[in-house]
Amino acid sequence: MFINIEDVSKNYIQNKKTFCAMEHVSLQIEEGEFICLLGPSGCGKTTLLNSIAGFEKVSEGRIAIAGNEVTAPSTKNVTIFQNYGLLPWRTVQKNVELGLEGKKLAKKERREIAARYISLVGLSEFSKSHPGQLSGGMQQRVAIARALAVDPEIIFMDEPFGALDALTRMKMQDEISSIWQEQKKTIIFVTHDIDEAVFLADRVVIMTPNPGKIKSIVPVPLARKRDRTSEDFLKIRDRIFTEFEMKQKDNTEFYI
Amino acid sequence: MKKVFHIAVSFIVLISIWQLAVSFGSWNESLFPSPLKVVQGFKELMESGTLAAGIKDSLYRFAVGYSIAAVSAIIIGMFLGWFRKLWNFVNPVVQLIRPISPIAWLPFVVLWFGIGDLPAMVIIFIAAFFPILLTTISAVGKVDQTYIKVAKNFGLNQFQTLLKIVLPSAFPFIATGLHLALGTAWVFLVAGEMVGSQTGLGFMIIDARNNLRADMLLASILSIGLIGLILDSLIGLAEKKLLKISGFVPNERGA
Repeated sequence: MFINIEDVSKNYIQNKKTFCAMEHVSLQIEEGEFICLLGPSGCGKTTLLNSIAGFEKVSEGRIAIAGNEVTAPSTKNVTIFQNYGLLPWRTVQKNVELGLEGKKLAKKERREIAARYISLVGLSEFSKSHPGQLSGGMQQRVAIARALAVDPEIIFMDEPFGALDALTRMKMQDEISSIWQEQKKTIIFVTHDIDEAVFLADRVVIMTPNPGKIKSIVPVPLARKRDRTSEDFLKIRDRIFTEFEMKQKDNTEFYI
Repeated sequence: MKKVFHIAVSFIVLISIWQLAVSFGSWNESLFPSPLKVVQGFKELMESGTLAAGIKDSLYRFAVGYSIAAVSAIIIGMFLGWFRKLWNFVNPVVQLIRPISPIAWLPFVVLWFGIGDLPAMVIIFIAAFFPILLTTISAVGKVDQTYIKVAKNFGLNQFQTLLKIVLPSAFPFIATGLHLALGTAWVFLVAGEMVGSQTGLGFMIIDARNNLRADMLLASILSIGLIGLILDSLIGLAEKKLLKISGFVPNERGA
């Protein structure tokens, strides 16, 4: 198994009280899979993502990638943050080159690799612009180009399209889906949008809060490129809705 | 254009009030010179070359003292801002020294560095160093944690992170510190030159006083104000331009 998450828990201590962000989470992910972590806020999906990416240490349990335990962020895996994490003082070109600067590459080679991925996301004519001059969707594409440029094994995405309007968002979903098919990377994608999860994922990991844990895993055996209005799509979407509604039924004692 | 109008009106009014006060007041001309007298004193200073030489010496001292202060304060500030635990130990000492006016050090400065260019440079250094140091340290603390995560993710080492991520991202705040420190340091240049030098704008004030030339005294004072104003607008322009070039001020589409 490529990524192995074994009985992982994460506790924070806040105001002398222990707060459990994630409890007994186990998940196996295969190489090349597109996984969506789906759930409402506070369900521990971002905590889980940050733990796999190495930005947070887990309190209990073990996370291993290709057999090696995760202890710190690795250059082999790239995280794309919700606010893109682009450096405003660098041009698009220089932003994409950032990840290549740690590697021993000739300047010319670095420039060529960056240019290739900028053209892959269709921003060649903006390579000399600063991020502040680009729209949100374009900035997100720069972040994707920057992540792809270092040829990572895994890409982590934390609600990457959260700040985009609905139409741009769907366009970006199309794009990331086709990039995933072409580049064959493992993608772990955090979202709270059910449609987005069904459109993108091979498997949707449904998480629930208090404490954060995995409720169920729904496979999405639909061919790509997926049709958001097809019957099969809606069936899986319905199933996920039911999964979340089950949670409500458990709480009936709170209704008057 | 409107700005020019504002400036013109404000100076015309100021000079008129000044002239009226001289005309209708009964002050001794040698204690309170008229605008015309000051212009003549100014002319005399220019013709004798005293003013040009004074400005040259003062600007030289200022440039050296301020540049050394800026470079060292930014480097030390980056370091202390990055290693917060170390800063916690250094901070009390800095807080103790900071409220002391640079002029208070003058006796020591003159004793240690003698008379000449050095005392004024040291005073300017002290005046500029602390504001730049403190803004740099606080700017480093304000760097967006996402940038630090990105740097870690891409395997940048600490030195690369400081140079490529922290410094540019803290730059807008540091620029504000540089701007403020420039004004403060210029104020203290005069004090430094009044005691520790035999040339420069500060010394011209002492010299005019010793010769009982109120007109030259006021001409020197106004020159100091004018040059301070020019320096301040220059650094303001440079700051704006740099921020724009480096993409901090979004133009066109907007963020």
